Amino acid sequence: MSQPEHARSRAGLGEAGRHATAARVRVTAPAAGRRRRTTVVSEIDAQTEVGAVYMRSLVRSQLRLALGLTTVLLLTVGVLPLLLATVPWLQHGRVWGIPISWIVLGAGCYPVLIALAVVYLRRAERNEADFHDLVGPR
Amino acid sequence: MTSGAALAVTAVGLVAVLALAVGAFGLRFSRTTSDFYVASRTVRPAANAAAISGEYLSAASFLGVAGLVASRGPDMLWYPVGYTAGYLLLLLFVAAPLRRSRAYTLPDFAEFRLESPRARGLASAMVVLICVLYLLPQFRGAGLTLRTLTGAPDWLGSAIVAVLVLLGVAAGGMRSITLVQAVQYWLKLAALLVPLAFLLVRAHGGAPAAHDRLVRTDWLEPMQGPHSLYLTYSLILATFLGAMGLPHVAVRFYTNRDGHAARRTTVAVLVLLSLFYLLPPVYGALGHRYLSGVSASDSTDTTDLVVLRLPHHLIGGLGADALTAVLGAGAFAAFLSTSSGLVLSIAGVLGQDLLGRRLPAVPAFRLAAVAAALGTFVLTVLTTGLAVAHAVELAFTVAASTFCPLLLLGIWWRGLTAAGAMAGMAVGGALSTGAILAVMTGSHSASLSGAVLSQPAMVTVPAAFAVMIGVSLATRDHRPPRLARIMVRLHTPEAVQVDRSGFRARGALDQS
Repeated sequence: MSQPEHARSRAGLGEAGRHATAARVRVTAPAAGRRRRTTVVSEIDAQTEVGAVYMRSLVRSQLRLALGLTTVLLLTVGVLPLLLATVPWLQHGRVWGIPISWIVLGAGCYPVLIALAVVYLRRAERNEADFHDLVGPR
Repeated sequence: MTSGAALAVTAVGLVAVLALAVGAFGLRFSRTTSDFYVASRTVRPAANAAAISGEYLSAASFLGVAGLVASRGPDMLWYPVGYTAGYLLLLLFVAAPLRRSRAYTLPDFAEFRLESPRARGLASAMVVLICVLYLLPQFRGAGLTLRTLTGAPDWLGSAIVAVLVLLGVAAGGMRSITLVQAVQYWLKLAALLVPLAFLLVRAHGGAPAAHDRLVRTDWLEPMQGPHSLYLTYSLILATFLGAMGLPHVAVRFYTNRDGHAARRTTVAVLVLLSLFYLLPPVYGALGHRYLSGVSASDSTDTTDLVVLRLPHHLIGGLGADALTAVLGAGAFAAFLSTSSGLVLSIAGVLGQDLLGRRLPAVPAFRLAAVAAALGTFVLTVLTTGLAVAHAVELAFTVAASTFCPLLLLGIWWRGLTAAGAMAGMAVGGALSTGAILAVMTGSHSASLSGAVLSQPAMVTVPAAFAVMIGVSLATRDHRPPRLARIMVRLHTPEAVQVDRSGFRARGALDQS
């Protein structure tokens, strides 16, 4: 920094600037971003635009997760009636004497449902943890 | 009375005594709403899950599915898959936000989300409707079961369940203690599993007179009947979307500590339900192979009894008496636990919203419970039989057409208004109930319109959504004033300290 600017910034610093010694003083701008007085949580409480944006993004991520998993459900279990009506080996095939359609419908769907549930559990909690980190403690 | 009947009556009697004892026990643990929340912190997801599963598995699951599979084949396997998948969708879309809303019942939720007492009123009416539709087949199944076990007239079994439920309610015991409900699940599972083991051993070891029907493809293979694609998809829609709208299921969520626990509980419920639902299809296959009177054209009264009739047919003698008694007791446990939950849901709503203005809380509640049980009993005697699992699924249909849109749109869409919600619920409820009435008064037609009437969900659910969205958009100036706060309440994880003030649940009388 050239001398004049240095002097100006020291003047701007007020007391602290005047007390600065001839040794080098690091001058930095005031901290950018979150001011200490207003956290995101208080923004949400005050229902400002900032708070609304955070809320909307949380809701949207959870909704996208739910819709995504539902789509998987539809494309696996949901498509079965069509497949059962058209695919011959599903209709007529057997494994150890038991019709494949019975195995698929009687036992095969449940693991899919449980797997989707477990995936949902992990991702939803991660969404919430991310939100918590973002928003910070009060 | 034959020895078999005596044994069965003893088993059922034991179940009844147990239920009453639990009811009286529950009196000691009666709680107010706030205590309920406090105590719930000690309920672990696993125990809660067993309790929910136990209550969810009604007559339909215990007897009905096997009967339907025996008479109509693998297309009926969509019933248990649907009941379970409905719970998954509950998890994905509803579980955590509903828990966070702190609303105790679905009408509470309606009032909370929409800030409208009138919406609450309509929701209450829907609760009564759905619960009665779900309760009818329970009473009916009880009557059939007692008749099979002892030869008593149909109405006696229904009356006994009604009386037992009322006694339990009068004793103050609510959805009683979670632990007891949890044990109920394991008992039901055992009641179905143990006899099945014996039956399978006997079937492999050369059983009498197997009707060689298993080779007939029109039963064995899926999608054989007319309109089966429509019927299957409509069934899927009703069950997948209806579980979240069942009033007695939603209330069970508040026994969870927070949204986090609510999710874990639901995963555990899925596992427990899946385990249980592996069994009825096996009974169905055995029933089809070995019993008479189980073709699609037979009366549903006979097909519903497949599970109970198998031991005598395959094994005979004292062993069969014992196994039938076990199955009968399990079935009665199913009727009692589900019926209690349903009568309590109805009574809670009727007592609060209708009678609560004229009578103090507790007498209003008890009067409402008596009205609910008595009214449903009369309806049971008057109506013709639908297969138990089908009748329960119709309750799912109404729930899918009324509360499902309310919950999905209410939780995830800022645009829902009170007018939209009420219009959607009214339309969905009216359409689905109309179809049910048409079928119950005997209109059976093989055409597509007949199929639509018997499984109206494919029509009623989209209609309800469309009306709810359309009217909400038309009344978009009337959104609830505290919408932002409501959404915060629904979606913010409990660990984040935001301001959640503003709503006290009006629900939950001292009925814990």
